Amino acid sequence: MIGIVDYGMGNLHSVYNSLSYLGFESRLFSAPEETRSFDRVILPGVGAYASAMENLQTAGFVEALRDYAASGRPLLGICLGMHLLSSLGTEPEPTEGLDIIKGKVDIMPASPDVQLPHVGWNSLDPTRTHPLFKGARPGVDYYFVHSYCYTTERQEDALTTTTYGETVFTSSVARDNIVGFQFHPEKSQAAGLRLLENFCMWDGSC
Amino acid sequence: MLKKRIIPVLLLRNGRMVKGKHFTDYRDTGDPVSAARIYNAQKADELAFIDIDASQEGRKALFDTVEAAAKECFMPLTVGGGVQSVDDIRQLLNSGADKVLINTSLYGRPELVAEGAQRFGTQCIVAGIDVRFEQGGYQLYANCGKRTESISLADHIRRLDTLGAGEFFINSIDRDGTMEGYDDDLLRTAVSLTRRPIIACGGAGNFQHLADALELGAHAAACASLFHFGDNNPIRARSFLKNKGIPVKAC
Repeated sequence: MIGIVDYGMGNLHSVYNSLSYLGFESRLFSAPEETRSFDRVILPGVGAYASAMENLQTAGFVEALRDYAASGRPLLGICLGMHLLSSLGTEPEPTEGLDIIKGKVDIMPASPDVQLPHVGWNSLDPTRTHPLFKGARPGVDYYFVHSYCYTTERQEDALTTTTYGETVFTSSVARDNIVGFQFHPEKSQAAGLRLLENFCMWDGSC
Repeated sequence: MLKKRIIPVLLLRNGRMVKGKHFTDYRDTGDPVSAARIYNAQKADELAFIDIDASQEGRKALFDTVEAAAKECFMPLTVGGGVQSVDDIRQLLNSGADKVLINTSLYGRPELVAEGAQRFGTQCIVAGIDVRFEQGGYQLYANCGKRTESISLADHIRRLDTLGAGEFFINSIDRDGTMEGYDDDLLRTAVSLTRRPIIACGGAGNFQHLADALELGAHAAACASLFHFGDNNPIRARSFLKNKGIPVKAC
């Protein structure tokens, strides 16, 4: 059973819909003590870093998610959910994150041809192979919508990069059993569903 | 590199999909959920559902349609029609919309853009502007082309840009349903007024029309008749554009 963390940040149903379409059973849950009962956990989310962390804190999810991450079972963060895996966010003020994959989330660097938010279809450049990208076609596009991006402390935790105008940013992070996507696999048609399917069958080892 | 988008538009009235000409003479074009399913199979870049029916039954049909489409269309969905408040925006997002298109209420209450952007992010607020070329200038219309507005195109775009509109959906009433091509001058004007993405709508009749709009600076080309009334689809549109050197989604 796959657990989708419901902490009051954005439309979680699209993640749920895509998993049911793929034939995987999942459930939205909002009680942190349930976290450990799932084989796999997805942390979605749309919105601002600080209010999301506040929601996780209030609900008691911070420790629950850290413990779950340490259990070795697969954890996937999507968009804001990926950002929350970091150590520190700046949206709108400096806020401590879950600190599961060390790094910082900051506003994307501006350049003349870059308008924020970065919205639309864009491709990924992998830095290495990963079980979640098994069978993924190279060069295909995924759907992005964000203004902030993740810079990992350790270079090896950056799994893919994406180019927007002159800016190259980290578009997926991965370390051991944890993965984070900046783009929305649940909104990226067949290409995105492929990654979700891989996640649903992944045992967390690399 | 960020890609240019092709957005099929599904106009809804009473739960059915329709298409008109110059915002009148609507005819039935089928079941919107079936159409959405087909566009999903053809890997459209995004879908826009616009409800032109203000009745209560029409609203309910809109929510049902969006909910049904969101269950099997794994792409961004833009939904509009009769949006008047932050609560309307929330309801549409909850039913499965990723972005909400607002048009008429932005004349009386432009600050709805700021309220929506603050609550849900600028990326999910799309400002719709319906335009007709009259007496040597652009006349803006509200209420599906039924009511004229006094503000100029430039002032309206700049105002909504400042308030935080994420994108602009520019629809030419003159070209709507004619399949004679977008109003390229209108689009050029819109592109020069804001750095936010411009979605072109109204008049696309062939793939070259899409290319024209995208080459002059529009970020996305929306169309209805092109796909409703011919042997055309987003897959063929993308391959045409790709051959022209326009960056489009690879899938």
